[in-house]
Amino acid sequence: MKELMLGNAAVARGLYEAGCSVVSSYPGTPSTEITEEAVKFPEIYCEWAPNEKVAMEVAFGASLAGKRAFCAMKHVGLNVAADPLFTMSYTGVNAGLVIGVADDAGMHSSQNEQDSRRHAVAAKVPMLEPSDSAEALEFAKLAYDLSEGFDTPVLLKMCTRVAHSQSLVELTEREEPEMKPYEKRIAKYVMMPGNAIKRHPFVEERTRKLREWAETSSVNRVEMGGTDVGIITSSTSYQYVKEVFGDSVSVLKLGMANPLPVKLIRDFASKVKRLVVVEELDPIIEDHCKALGLTVSGKDVLPLEGEFSQNLIAEKLGGTVHKGRAIEDAIPPRPPVMCAGCPHRGLFYTLSKNKCTVLGDIGCYTLGAVAPLGAMDMTLCMGASISAIHGFNKARGAESEGKTVAVIGDSTFMHSGMTGLANIAYNQSNSTVIILDNSITGMTGHQQNPTTGYNIKGDPAGKIDLEALCRAMGFRRVRVVDPYDLQACDAALKEELAAEEASVIISRRPCALLKYVKHEAPLEVDGDKCVGCRSCMKIGCPAISVKLGKARVDATLCVGCGVCEQLCRVDAFRSVKKEG
Amino acid sequence: METKNIMIVGVGGQGSLLASKLLGHLLMEQGYDVKVSEVHGMSQRGGSVVTYVRYGEKVHSPVIDEGEADYIVSFELLEAARWLSYLKPDGQIVTSTQQIDPMPVITGAAAYPEGLVEKMRATGAKVDALDCLALAERAGSSKAVNIVLMGRLSHYFDLPEEAWQRSLEAMVPRKFLELNKRAFALGKEA
Repeated sequence: MKELMLGNAAVARGLYEAGCSVVSSYPGTPSTEITEEAVKFPEIYCEWAPNEKVAMEVAFGASLAGKRAFCAMKHVGLNVAADPLFTMSYTGVNAGLVIGVADDAGMHSSQNEQDSRRHAVAAKVPMLEPSDSAEALEFAKLAYDLSEGFDTPVLLKMCTRVAHSQSLVELTEREEPEMKPYEKRIAKYVMMPGNAIKRHPFVEERTRKLREWAETSSVNRVEMGGTDVGIITSSTSYQYVKEVFGDSVSVLKLGMANPLPVKLIRDFASKVKRLVVVEELDPIIEDHCKALGLTVSGKDVLPLEGEFSQNLIAEKLGGTVHKGRAIEDAIPPRPPVMCAGCPHRGLFYTLSKNKCTVLGDIGCYTLGAVAPLGAMDMTLCMGASISAIHGFNKARGAESEGKTVAVIGDSTFMHSGMTGLANIAYNQSNSTVIILDNSITGMTGHQQNPTTGYNIKGDPAGKIDLEALCRAMGFRRVRVVDPYDLQACDAALKEELAAEEASVIISRRPCALLKYVKHEAPLEVDGDKCVGCRSCMKIGCPAISVKLGKARVDATLCVGCGVCEQLCRVDAFRSVKKEG
Repeated sequence: METKNIMIVGVGGQGSLLASKLLGHLLMEQGYDVKVSEVHGMSQRGGSVVTYVRYGEKVHSPVIDEGEADYIVSFELLEAARWLSYLKPDGQIVTSTQQIDPMPVITGAAAYPEGLVEKMRATGAKVDALDCLALAERAGSSKAVNIVLMGRLSHYFDLPEEAWQRSLEAMVPRKFLELNKRAFALGKEA
């Protein structure tokens, strides 16, 4: 049966068909839907872990116990999980273990553009790289055979265009592998120096064997066409190459990013006049070719940054470039914004008004950096806000302690904010930490986390009490505010910044997009009262605009949060409902 | 046949994912190879979003590039203008006349250009503009703009009405089906 399926859903289907039994992941665009789709199969136990390192170690535990396991993450998540990955390379696996990692060339929803293939090379772990949904499904299954056949974890590398594109896949039945027996094998699984040193030669030998496998496996394939140009390519770049050149060039399509074949590449190179490597981001295949002594073109013409497309390939490599037209007017950009009714807005307005230095973190609230709020000074990686405020305050002392805050979401706090908070409690800086608790993991599309009280299926689960947790770490000043209440936010912020000890403010209100959140009637503006002072425009609400000197509310967007109302000095806002 | 390209553009949260699902289903049922490329994550938060739908005998690239779109279906006027350069020389735009101010316009840092439909037509583009929001509200919900647009788009396709109806039935939740069928009909007849 053929189905049109999202790349990430195809990976989930591949897990199902391969008999995978345990999935533990942390959400991250563009990887999230793999786990959201996997949970739809009752045969697979799925969970959201607090972070990627935990997820990978859960999956490892399940593999060790004898069941096929999986974890998914985005490219930067693999940095968090790099610690277990590098040593799992040494231990190998019991039942098959596959790690899905999704890169984000073009940075559609990421803070950097790193190339995960580097992790595969560095950790000496095989990596498969599908170029559409059919391959995503096929490679997910193949990954388990490789994992068990070569005693290794296997990386399955997605990218935004493969993860978030739908294409046709062929479905088959689930295979039910028997649970592998668990044997105590101290020399294989206890990685103390005396054991690990004996595993390292195994890893090197495994790479040699995998390279041999890669020479003849159908995962790497030659498509001979015209022989003036031969292109070595992989992933979505392969699709752009075929789109532009069809059969007019010869193509070596690599489905395995690590290890790369040697003989296969040499043979291909010998059959074409000019050799070109087309790969997004880093020159990994290209450097491999150069190390083999081949003359090859690649990053001398193609960019290291951003996504490729058919026009880019055509322009750089001599195909037909399609041109468009435009009107003369400048088209104003439409950057993403905090939604109408977003609970983060009131809090960020308060930070902006108080001219705070704001050390930020990863989530929807990073949009607090955007005009007119502009209330963010730094965003680095998950959890960095809390660790960095401590360093910032240690460096600048009392002068910064009185005006600097760290802001971090509930899910990000659970991911890696707790350890930074422990450092503040232990090494004692007078820092003010604000946890933006919107009761969900927002940016990636509403995933539960350890503070929400629900699991991935929406069933009741353990619930971590943020206030109790902070108090247990030794914070005496822990308080909760409602970010819709601007006065309360302002008072709490001023008091905690002035306090002579570290404090935690929990800004608590559920995300306005959550289905269970009941919205108030939208507001409207009394045109007779409005004086057009634009005070309400300071919060950057997409529902409010000023037309002909008067504020106006878009009733289709407004959820009646009332934050704008609190800024109006002439009481011009009124509820549509109250007025009938 | 040569691969055909449809772009669906709009503002994050306007419902372009359902429109692309519907098209994907419809075209697959016709026996075509299909690729649909979507945007998830941060851009969805009120930003400019685009979905690519490509179909033909064999589709390679999941994206559509400048000068390649046979159709641009737009939920919002400024977004139609933003993506105009992606239209083929003889391509067709189907757009709602709804205007949503982006943040730079709201803050006064930029102006929303006037007369966009005429200006787009002046470049030689074929523009079919209609008030899809009003039609959607007439059908019963402002959220049905996506299906009004699909109804309008169906004008330009040589496909039987039953094929569109089958895809609507397959892709729309049952409790919203009647509403969306009304929205489709209103878009088609407008």
